[in-house]
Amino acid sequence: MLKNHLFANAASSFAPKFDEIFFVLTALSVFFTVLVLSLIVIFAIRYRAASTIDRGKPITHNTKLEFTIIGFLSVVGLGVFFWSAKPYATIYGAPPANAQKIYVIGKQWMWEIQHPDGIRENDALHLPLGRPVQLILISQDVVHSFFVPAFKVKRDVVPGMYTSVWFVPTKIGKFRLFCAQYCGAFHSQMTGWVTVMKPKDFAAWEAAGGSFSEGGHETSMVQAGKALFNKYGCVSCHGVSTGMAPSLSNLYMSKVHLTNGSTAIADDAYIREAILNPTVHVPVGYQPIMPVFKDQLNEGQVLDLIAYIKSLSSTSLPQSPANSASNRSGTDEKVKGKTR
Amino acid sequence: MSSQLVQPSEEYLWEQYEDRKQQDESYLVGMWTFLSTEIMFFGALFISYAVYRYKYPEAFYAGHEYMNVALGTINTAVLLTSSLTMALAVHFAQKRKRWMQIGMLVITMFLAFGFLGVKFVEYGDKFREHLVPGYNFEWNQANVNRLEASTAPINIIPSLKAGSLPADSAISHDAQMYFIIYFAMTGLHAIHVIIGILIMMVFIVMLVANHPSVRYHMPMEMLGLYWHFVDIVWIFLYPLLYLIPR
Amino acid sequence: MSVTQLENTIPESHPQKTYLNDGNTIGSWLLTKDHKRIAIMFLISISLMFIVGGWAATMIRAELVEPQGHLMSHETYNKMFSMHGIVMIFFFLIPSIPAVLGNFMVPIMIGARDLAFPRLNLLSWYLYIIGAGISLAAMLSGGVDTGWTFYTPYSSVYSNTHVTMTIVGIFIAGFSSIFTGINFIVTIHKMRAPGLTWFRLPLFVWAIYATSIIFLLGTPVIAITLALVVLERTLHLGIFNPAYGGDPILFQNLFWFYSHPAVYIMILPSMGVVSEIIPCFARKKIFGYNFIAFSSLAIALFGFLVWGHHMFVSGQSVYSGMIFSLLSFLIAVPSAVKVFNWTATMYKGRISFDAPMLYALGFIGLFTMGGLTGLYLASLTADVDLHDTYFVVAHFHYIMVGGAIMGFMGGMHFWWPKITGRMYPEKWAKIAAVITFLGFNFTFFPQFILGYMGMPRRYHWYPPEFQTLNILSSIGAAVLAFGYIIPAVYFIWSLKKGPKAPQNPWRATGLEWEEVPSPPPTHNFARLPIVEREAYDYEWMDGRDDSLSAASVAGGKGDG
Repeated sequence: MLKNHLFANAASSFAPKFDEIFFVLTALSVFFTVLVLSLIVIFAIRYRAASTIDRGKPITHNTKLEFTIIGFLSVVGLGVFFWSAKPYATIYGAPPANAQKIYVIGKQWMWEIQHPDGIRENDALHLPLGRPVQLILISQDVVHSFFVPAFKVKRDVVPGMYTSVWFVPTKIGKFRLFCAQYCGAFHSQMTGWVTVMKPKDFAAWEAAGGSFSEGGHETSMVQAGKALFNKYGCVSCHGVSTGMAPSLSNLYMSKVHLTNGSTAIADDAYIREAILNPTVHVPVGYQPIMPVFKDQLNEGQVLDLIAYIKSLSSTSLPQSPANSASNRSGTDEKVKGKTR
Repeated sequence: MSSQLVQPSEEYLWEQYEDRKQQDESYLVGMWTFLSTEIMFFGALFISYAVYRYKYPEAFYAGHEYMNVALGTINTAVLLTSSLTMALAVHFAQKRKRWMQIGMLVITMFLAFGFLGVKFVEYGDKFREHLVPGYNFEWNQANVNRLEASTAPINIIPSLKAGSLPADSAISHDAQMYFIIYFAMTGLHAIHVIIGILIMMVFIVMLVANHPSVRYHMPMEMLGLYWHFVDIVWIFLYPLLYLIPR
Repeated sequence: MSVTQLENTIPESHPQKTYLNDGNTIGSWLLTKDHKRIAIMFLISISLMFIVGGWAATMIRAELVEPQGHLMSHETYNKMFSMHGIVMIFFFLIPSIPAVLGNFMVPIMIGARDLAFPRLNLLSWYLYIIGAGISLAAMLSGGVDTGWTFYTPYSSVYSNTHVTMTIVGIFIAGFSSIFTGINFIVTIHKMRAPGLTWFRLPLFVWAIYATSIIFLLGTPVIAITLALVVLERTLHLGIFNPAYGGDPILFQNLFWFYSHPAVYIMILPSMGVVSEIIPCFARKKIFGYNFIAFSSLAIALFGFLVWGHHMFVSGQSVYSGMIFSLLSFLIAVPSAVKVFNWTATMYKGRISFDAPMLYALGFIGLFTMGGLTGLYLASLTADVDLHDTYFVVAHFHYIMVGGAIMGFMGGMHFWWPKITGRMYPEKWAKIAAVITFLGFNFTFFPQFILGYMGMPRRYHWYPPEFQTLNILSSIGAAVLAFGYIIPAVYFIWSLKKGPKAPQNPWRATGLEWEEVPSPPPTHNFARLPIVEREAYDYEWMDGRDDSLSAASVAGGKGDG
C-alpha cells in the first residue's frame, strides 16, 4: 500500500507536474541536508578539541563567499518558484472549453455534488476518464477544503464565495476524498470516494441516473431550478413583461446597471448575491421589492436557480456545438475574475 | 530650557539608569515604540475598512449619509484644540510651572469629556435610528421611510420584526458592515480617549499634591505624545467615516 | 575587581550576595523588579504550560495509534489538539526564550543593571499569568475546539465551545509580549555599556532585538483580529461571517499577518542562542558576524511579507499567491546564510561536545530539514497537495520543536550555571540531548511521509493505510518525552545537589561570563564594565588562559 502511494499514483493531469516539482525539491533538500550534515560531521571529527591538526590562519569572514551563496540560493529559489507557479495558475485559472462543470457544496460534515444533468451524489463523485472537469465549490457553513490526494488537487470551499479548480482524471480507480480544512466535530469523517470510470461506463452510469450512488436524482439542475423558480413565485415578477422586475432571459454574463450608479457583470457570483440579498442589487428602473432569500434557499438550490437562469440565455441562442463551446470559454474567462 | 530650573541630575533617576540623559532618552524611545504598536492596533481596523469599502462602495456611501457631519466636525475641532492645550501642558512641565500644567490639563480633560459627550449623542442617534449592528440594526426600515415618498408598491416587502437579530431580519448586510466598522473604529478610539482622561486625572491629582514624580517633566511628555497620537488617529477617522465622496 | 581576580578566587564556601538570596519571602519574588527574578518566574510558568501542552500532545499521539481511536470522542480530540496548539504557541513558545533567557541575559550581556522599565517587565509577567490562567481555565473547564488558528466562521459562529474566554486570555497575554518587546528595544538601544557598539553586541542580543520588532508590529494585529472574533460571537456582528457580508478570507489574512511572523518570534531567539553556543564550543570567533546579525533583521522584516503562503488554496487570487510564493522563497535565503555561517564557524575550530553544543548541532540539523521542507510549502504547485496535510505538521514541528525548543534547551544548559550557580550532570545531559534528537526524528519524520500520502491534519480518525506510520510516530513521541523528562529531573536535582558553578565554566566570552559571578548579584555589576573587544574573541581568551595556566602551575585549570 505504501509503495502504491509513494509511486505511480498520478491520477490526474496535475499530479505528474506535482510529482516533478516534489522530486526536484526532494533532490535539492537531500543535497543540502547531506552537505550541511556531512560538513558538520567532518568538522566535528577533524577539529575536535583533542586533535592536533593545523589550525593556522582561521578565517572569520568572507564577504564574497557570503554574497555568492546569497546570490546562488536566490537564483535557485527563483527558478523553483517560476517553475512551480505555472501549474498552480493553470488549475486555478480558466478551464479548457470542453471542461465539464460540476458543483460541489461542502457542509458540516458531508459533500454534496451536483452534476449539471441533475445527478446528485453525497460523499461521492463519479468522473469520466480523460475529460477535463471543473469543480465549482461553495460552502453552506464553515470553510472546508476539497482534497483528493491521488489527484494532488486541493481547493478550499469557502462560504459566500465560489472557488474553482479544474483537472483531467487520468487513471481509472476509486480514490479517497478528504476535507482538509478543519471544520468541526466530524471533520475527519467528512470524507468520500471519487470514482473515475471509462467514458463508456460513465455514460451508462449517467443514463441510469447515477444509480450507483446514493441520492440519485432524475431532474437536471436546470429543471430543478425551474421548479424552484415557480415554487418561490419568482415567475410572478420575473415572468414575461410584468414590468415589476427585469426579465431574466439573456441575463447571464450581461452588463447590469444598478440604481446606485454602478454596473456589474451578471456572472455566477453576482446572480447568487442578487438572489440572496436583492436589496443591494437593484437594477435601474425597478424598485427594491424582491424578498430576501438568504434564509430560504441553500447553496444547492441557488446553484439550480443559476443553472436555470443560464439556460434562459442559451435557449435563445442557436444551439450548435461550436457556438456553445466558444460561448462557454468566453464566459469562463469572465467568471475567472469572480470565482477565484 | 533655563538651567536654574533643572534639578540636580541625580534626582528622579531610577536605579537602572546611569544618568538623566539615558533615562530621558529611554522614556522617549519607549513611548515611540509603544505608539508604533498602537498604529498596528488601529492598522488592522483600517485594513478591514479598506477591504469592505472596496467591496461595498455604495453601501459605505449610503451608510455615511447617516453620519452627523456637523457633530463630527465639532469633535475634530475639539480634539485639535485639546492637542494644543496638551502641548501647552508639556511646555509648562518643562518650565516647571505647576499650576499652569494643572490648568492646561484640566482644559484638555474638559475638551476630552466634550468629545466623548458629542460621541455619546452620536451613538444615541444611532440607537434611535436602529443602526446599531447586533443590537437593533434595521436597514430596510430606514429605506422604507425614504421609499414612502415614492410610488413603489412597498407592500411586497416582507414585514420586519423590530429588534430581531440580523440573522433573521431582512437587512442589507453591506450597509451593516459600514456601521460595524464605524463602531469598532470609533469605539476603539473612544477607549483610548477614556484611558487618556484617566491618566490626566491621575496627573492632576499628583500635581495638586506636588508628588515628586511629576516634578520630572518626562512623564508629562509621555502623556503628551499619547494624546497627540489619539488626536492623529481621529484625523484619519473623521474623513474616512464622515466625508466619503460619491 | 578585575576579571583575573574573580576567576582565581572561586568562593566555594563563602556565601555570596546574589539575586537568589536577596530576600526570600514570597513577596520579594512576586513584587520584584529584578529582571533575573522575573525571568525565573517566567521559566516556572512556561514550564508548567509546557507540561499541559505536552500532556495534550501525549493524548493525541496515543489516540492516533489506532485508525479509529476510542480513547476519546471526536469533540474531545478536537479540544485536545486545539489546547496543544494554543498552549504551546501562545503560552510556551512565544514567551519561551525571550521572556526567560532574554529577560535574564540581555541586560547582563549589554552591561546594564536592569531592563529599561523594570515595573513594565513585572507587569508583563502578571499579564502573562492572567492571560494564561484565563485561557487555561477555559480550556480545562470545557475546552475550545477551533484549533489554534480560530478560522472564521467556525470560531465566530459555529463552535459551541469556550472560544470567547480563550481569546480573552490570548488577548491579555498579547500585551505581555508587547511590553516585553518594548522593554528589549529600549534597553538595547539606550542602555548598552560604554564601548559596546552595535557590532560588538552578542548575536543573541541581535536576535532578541529582531524578535522584539515582531512582537511590536505583529501582536496588536492579532489582538484586534481576535477581539473582532469575540465581538462577532457575542454581538452577532458579521465582520468575518459571509452570511452578513463579511469575508472569512480577511480573517485569514489578518491572522497570518501575525501568526506567520510569530514563527520567527519562536525561531529567531533560538538562532541567537545557537550563535552564542557554537563559537564557545568551537573556541573560535563566529564566522560572518555581520551576516548573521543582518539576517536576523532581514528575517524579522521579510517575515511580515509572506503571510499569504498559508492561503495558497484558500481562494485568494492566483497573483497574490505568486507574490507570496516568490517572497517565501527569498526569505529562506537569510536562514540559509545563518546555517552556512554556523557551519563555517566550526572550520578550524577546537570543538568540544558538551550538552549545549550537542543541542546546538541538533538544532542546525533539524532546522535545516525544517527549512528545506518549508520550500515545498512555499512552492505553489507542491503546496496545492501538501497544504493542511501532515507534511505541514511535520514541517512546522521541525522548526518549532526541532528548532525553537532544541535552541531553548541548548540555552538552558549553556546558561544554567550562570542562572542557578549550579552545574547540571553533564553525562545525563548528553544522553538527554541524543535521546531528544533521535526521538524527535522518530516522531516527526514519518509525518512527512504521511503528508505526502495525503493524510490531512487534525484528523481524529484516519484510513487504515496510514496506521503503520502513525504508530511509528507515536513510539517516537514516547522516546521524545524521555528526552524532556530527563532534563527536568536533573535540572531540579542540580538546584540542591549540583556542584557549585564557577563564574565561567565554559570559558566563554561575553559580559555575563567575564564580569558577573554565578549567580549574579541583584544589580548585576558592581561597576559598569567598559567593552573594548568584539564579541566572541575566543583566540584572545584562549591565549590569555594559556598564559594564566602557565603562570599558576600548581592550580591547574581552575574552572574545568
